[in-house]
Amino acid sequence: MNWNELISALALAMFIVVLYPVAKNKLKDNPRGTTEDWLTFVVIIGAVMLFVGVLLMSL
Amino acid sequence: MNQDYLSVAQKSSAVFSTNKVLRNTYMLLSLTLLFSGFTAALSMFLKMPQMTYLISVIGGMILAMFVLPRFANSSAGIGIVFLITGLLGFGLGPILTAYAALPNGGNIIMMSFVGTGAIFMGLSAYVLLTRKDFSFLGGFLFVGFLLVMLAAIANIFLQIPALSLTISAVVIMIMSGFILYDTSRIINGGETNYVLATIGLYMTIFNIFISLLQILGIMGSDD
Repeated sequence: MNWNELISALALAMFIVVLYPVAKNKLKDNPRGTTEDWLTFVVIIGAVMLFVGVLLMSL
Repeated sequence: MNQDYLSVAQKSSAVFSTNKVLRNTYMLLSLTLLFSGFTAALSMFLKMPQMTYLISVIGGMILAMFVLPRFANSSAGIGIVFLITGLLGFGLGPILTAYAALPNGGNIIMMSFVGTGAIFMGLSAYVLLTRKDFSFLGGFLFVGFLLVMLAAIANIFLQIPALSLTISAVVIMIMSGFILYDTSRIINGGETNYVLATIGLYMTIFNIFISLLQILGIMGSDD
């Protein structure tokens, strides 16, 4: 393990510590989505990944 | 009757205010992306070492998390946004130089650039046209992002290429979710500060670009 990797790991750990309370609050405060809301989200993300696949194939 | 007029006036005032935040956000985002492009080109010209990326990302994240929120309501906030985005762009220089040196490097960089633009514009257009509320995604996206960072720490020690590829793919999914979430917050009045809205959207674009570079770089290399 070199210095770059060690510093990267420490920086990521620091960001996790800082973002953890934010994530906890968002989980508690944000409204719950309906099944339809989640289905829409899954379809959109599926379309994004399909697009990434198309980019890969066109390389 | 007077109440009706008051209600219409309040609604149109809220819509005007939302449009103003959206317009200012996209204006500042365009300028910061251009500035990042300039600092990335400068960094490539100066042949900065690989370490520049790590230092710039850590510096940019510290400024975005701890300094920007204190100045987000003042004009200094705009200067700090340019400092963060300029720093992140400068850090991209050595990465772009490394990819440009690959046999198919120019093509990989161009595809990542076009792909990032298409994903951002497509998702933003969807939210702007449907005006759908994606506020329910907040907790899921933040927890997902934390898990991805944990996996990234693990992979620093494990060095598994397949895990690295999976992390990049999941980052694209989570950042796409953040584009939906952030844009929906702007148009539904959840975010009224265009400085914070800009840095949020900039970070999603930056992360999608880096992840696409990594995926196309790994899958597109001949060996």
